[in-house]
Amino acid sequence: MDETTKSNLKAIPLCRTKASPRDGDLWIERLKEEYESIIKAVQNNKDNDRDWFRLESNNDGTKWFGKCWYFHDMVKYEFDVEFDIPITYPVTAPEIALPELDGKTAKMYRGGKICLSEHFKPLWARNAPKFGIAHAFALGLGPWLAVEIPDLVEKQIISPKA
Amino acid sequence: MSKEIDEMAERLKNLTSDLTSTLKEARIATVSPAAPSAPQPYRQKIEKLSSEVVDSNPYSRLMALQRMGIVKDYEKIRDKTVAVVGVGGVGSVVAEMLTRCGIGKLILFDYDKVEIANMNRLFYQPHQSGLSKVEAARDTLIHVNPDVEIETHNFNITTMENFGKFVERITNGSKTNGKVDLVLSCVDNFEARMAVNTACNEENQIWIESGVSEDAVSGHIQYIEPGKTACFACVPPLVVASNIDEKTLKREGVCAASLPTTMAVVAGFLVMNTLKYLLQFGEVSPYVGYNALKDFFPRDSIKPNPSCDDRHCILRQKEYQEKLKNQPEIEVEEKIEDDFVVHEENNWGIELVDESIEVKKEATNSGKTAEGLKFAYEAAEKSEEPSQETSEKSSANLADLMAQLKRLQS
Repeated sequence: MDETTKSNLKAIPLCRTKASPRDGDLWIERLKEEYESIIKAVQNNKDNDRDWFRLESNNDGTKWFGKCWYFHDMVKYEFDVEFDIPITYPVTAPEIALPELDGKTAKMYRGGKICLSEHFKPLWARNAPKFGIAHAFALGLGPWLAVEIPDLVEKQIISPKA
Repeated sequence: MSKEIDEMAERLKNLTSDLTSTLKEARIATVSPAAPSAPQPYRQKIEKLSSEVVDSNPYSRLMALQRMGIVKDYEKIRDKTVAVVGVGGVGSVVAEMLTRCGIGKLILFDYDKVEIANMNRLFYQPHQSGLSKVEAARDTLIHVNPDVEIETHNFNITTMENFGKFVERITNGSKTNGKVDLVLSCVDNFEARMAVNTACNEENQIWIESGVSEDAVSGHIQYIEPGKTACFACVPPLVVASNIDEKTLKREGVCAASLPTTMAVVAGFLVMNTLKYLLQFGEVSPYVGYNALKDFFPRDSIKPNPSCDDRHCILRQKEYQEKLKNQPEIEVEEKIEDDFVVHEENNWGIELVDESIEVKKEATNSGKTAEGLKFAYEAAEKSEEPSQETSEKSSANLADLMAQLKRLQS
């Protein structure tokens, strides 16, 4: 893990409540923690001039959607991002998907779910239930974009949106 | 010259109209009166299995197991219901094997579609690409053996909207509308395995987990009886050590490799264990690994973790201990030994696994593994409950937080 990812990660508040969407009031508690940590993460990114995603959820916090983007050679590449919270959350991480890139890279599972590095899952497992959505973004999606987008641009598989 | 051309043109016209009418007739002939999507079975259903050895009896070689004294009552298989979660490279072959064995009922779960990229594995055919896997599987299976009842569900079991339906089907899906006899997990991801584990712990449902490694050269099956054996959440997943140096394994550019060989071997182990369990013969294996590079098959058994994170697992363990107390003469040797070292210290800092160090310290928190096996990663440190942080409730209101994030991002 590179130093930027590590320091980004450490600046994101940890969650506390081990609860899935099936846990009623406890889930609401967890959801508040998730929102608090995402708000802090977005604020950190803005403060460091590294704002790179927008995220919101449905009312019960089981479905999330938004945008994420990456700058390569001063050009912005932006994508829709979405994921569900599985009933096994937070023991298992959310499976973040970029549906527009489905089928365009081998580093992806069906439906555009990004294929995370070998190190992500052990790290998530060791830190469950403290890691939340903001951590999955900083540790999973961020580094994925940093590797995949330049590669996709180079191969002329994606081009900037007009 | 122009006359010849005219003649040729006339002949061509006649031939074209002949061809058109022939094609029309052919089309009428191939469309069966029944629903065109459902293939017609090649035979009527069979009421009673016969052990008569004739070319036309599809069950003669199975009933021979009974004549040879391997299985006491083979026909019992017709009362059994098995749920297969995931009908990809392993699950589709498992479903086919069980269908050919004459299983009573199969309930198939998968949300994926058949793709041309699946053609390196068994079962699906190129013309099925685009169909949902469960639908394609049903079409083939009812043709192979019309006696088998096939129920299909095309959804992802890990989401809120589908998990309840999944649990409902494994609790009421049997031939007699009761619990299924066995759940077989043939999925390719941790999330789905944990979802199956959650459901089976809650419903006290016996299941067998299976998996093939992402480098396609190892696999395993693991029998899980809630309370008696380790559940899938008790310890990190036990996998076959491939002895490939992780650093030399090239993962650049791809997520997963697969081979029809490894998947068929694992499917074979899984169905053999299933038959032994359902028909009560031989020994049901708690864990079998397959190392394809060395043709090494490690076996192991994992005891439940008394401090498992899944509270239903703990509940099932207590029930099992109660059961043992009431019938000590039967399973006295299988008493759960407390060989887990629970970490007393509570470290709330973020745990970072050093990428250069191989995860080999698993023995400290989960006992030993058999030779050739390892835990996929180190277990999380246990926290003392209730900790200060968990009791500290957020004072903010959820709607306010949602609005705050929206404002920040506008």
